[in-house]
Amino acid sequence: MLFGVTLATFLIFNVVGGDPALQLAGKNASAEQIESLRLELGLNQSLPVQYLEFIKQVAFLDWGESWHTQQNINAMIVSGIGPSLSLTLPAFLISFFLSLLVALISTSIQSSHAAWDRGITIFCLALMSISFLVYIISFQYFLGFQWGWFPINGWDTSWTERWAFLVLPWIISSIVSLGPNVLIFRSVLTDELSNDYVRTAEAKGLNRFQLYTKHILKNAVIPIMTVVTMQIPFLVTGSLLLEAFFGIPGVGGLLIQSIQNSDFPVIKALTVLGSLLYLFFNLMADVLYTFFDPRVELK
Amino acid sequence: MIVSSRAPTFISKDSLALICFGVICVYLVLALLSSFGVIGVDYATTRLQLSYSAPSASHWFGTDFLGRDVFARVLHGTQVAVLVGFFAASISTTLGLMLGALAGYFGGWVDDLVTWLYATLESIPYILLISAFAFSLGQGLSNLYLALGLTGWVKMCRLTRGEFLKHKNLDYVVAAEAVGASHWTRIFKHITPNVLHIAYIQYSLTFIHAIKVEVILSYLGLGVEPGTPSWGVMINDAKSELSRGVWWNLAAATLFMFVLVLAVNIFTDRMGKALDPKSRASNFEV
Repeated sequence: MLFGVTLATFLIFNVVGGDPALQLAGKNASAEQIESLRLELGLNQSLPVQYLEFIKQVAFLDWGESWHTQQNINAMIVSGIGPSLSLTLPAFLISFFLSLLVALISTSIQSSHAAWDRGITIFCLALMSISFLVYIISFQYFLGFQWGWFPINGWDTSWTERWAFLVLPWIISSIVSLGPNVLIFRSVLTDELSNDYVRTAEAKGLNRFQLYTKHILKNAVIPIMTVVTMQIPFLVTGSLLLEAFFGIPGVGGLLIQSIQNSDFPVIKALTVLGSLLYLFFNLMADVLYTFFDPRVELK
Repeated sequence: MIVSSRAPTFISKDSLALICFGVICVYLVLALLSSFGVIGVDYATTRLQLSYSAPSASHWFGTDFLGRDVFARVLHGTQVAVLVGFFAASISTTLGLMLGALAGYFGGWVDDLVTWLYATLESIPYILLISAFAFSLGQGLSNLYLALGLTGWVKMCRLTRGEFLKHKNLDYVVAAEAVGASHWTRIFKHITPNVLHIAYIQYSLTFIHAIKVEVILSYLGLGVEPGTPSWGVMINDAKSELSRGVWWNLAAATLFMFVLVLAVNIFTDRMGKALDPKSRASNFEV
């Protein structure tokens, strides 16, 4: 699997992507300058040799230096994780609990107040129909600039001072993920409703609150866990657009910069690390299944 | 009876879905009219003396920095969005259906190869994957279709593969084999109609996704060529315009995108319920 990821990354960037030396040297470079740059970057070697070099980097998790800033790539990424997490983790928690609450309400009123349930679904779909970029641009302008409720952008390296800058990105991030999360959770919970245990619980006179908290939610844990663990890798990679717009020095902002600067080593490192995290949390999800549901066995 | 043949009866009783279907049709007509040069023709006409004029009777949505009519641009953007959605969704749905069918039906090394391929693509963060493709292919509309199409087939493939695994051993397929139907007949004539309901849903989901990703790619400078008035380009222009009080570019593009995407979203949601055998007993009829 990892082999596939490295191969795909390598092919995309080294074969399809054109000549990095040309891009790096700029339009006015002479042929000799480009040639010497190629030599310096190891681009004059054959593709299999370059690929082996790349595999070695992956194996030792040592990506060398950025072409653009000459800094050590690992150091760049590590310094971005803190800011990224302080943006994504609280946003993720707010969105998760809010979505679960809305989904629970929406599911429990499905038969008694069907119109409200449909209203919630349509509202979520409406939230999902606006571009992420529009949320950022308009919230930053109106709430940040026009009405001055939040700082427009900025950052503070101290852990106690940075939160003021993060409230608006948290709000935007939560609104964007609210729609899809509510709809997924709602469909998971609705699936549970058709089970026999629900009828039994209703028959023995449990009230709706107990039915949902004690029975349905417990059974819905596995599908909800799957959704949640799959979102975790993206917490570390941060939010590209939010970080770029709000000046948060995280991993996502680093990625945007390196895309704009054609900084291949950084993009490659981030791609492989992102995939590694994804694979790791995929495995974690399987392990968690056995923890939450004793009926599941790992083969 | 195949699952998808039930849907029209359900949808025709659902007034909300019908309204959304109507809205989608209006957009398709707008896109067609704009591509035949009937409406939105002067989207590139510059009137420098009218730069950033506010919405008025002659320019419904105002003008942009070169004095170009925003209404004409947003109409032309409809064409771009519909084309992007159409081609991206067509490529990825077809590709996903084909690969998923082959993998699920034949199993063995074909299955291993396809599974490996989509698991690899899936584990690369999407925004990186799409940027890499868009970056490698270069700017331009047809490259945009390709990049979106080639990266968007994974979910369709996984779902199709699952269905084929289930269907290939069902009685009707075994019976078809017994009367001498070839592999291809069984795949395309017998099983495929039974999994088409997944294709409909995935098609509209990728359609929406493509339109939304176009906006992000425009921001990264990887979208359509400069000069093509796509909604993504218009939204991105608004970044610097808002502080001058110019809101109409953003508003026009957002409004047009919102109505189309919402209509497709709601229609897909209702379709999904109509196609899902389990939801028969739910509160579908209101």
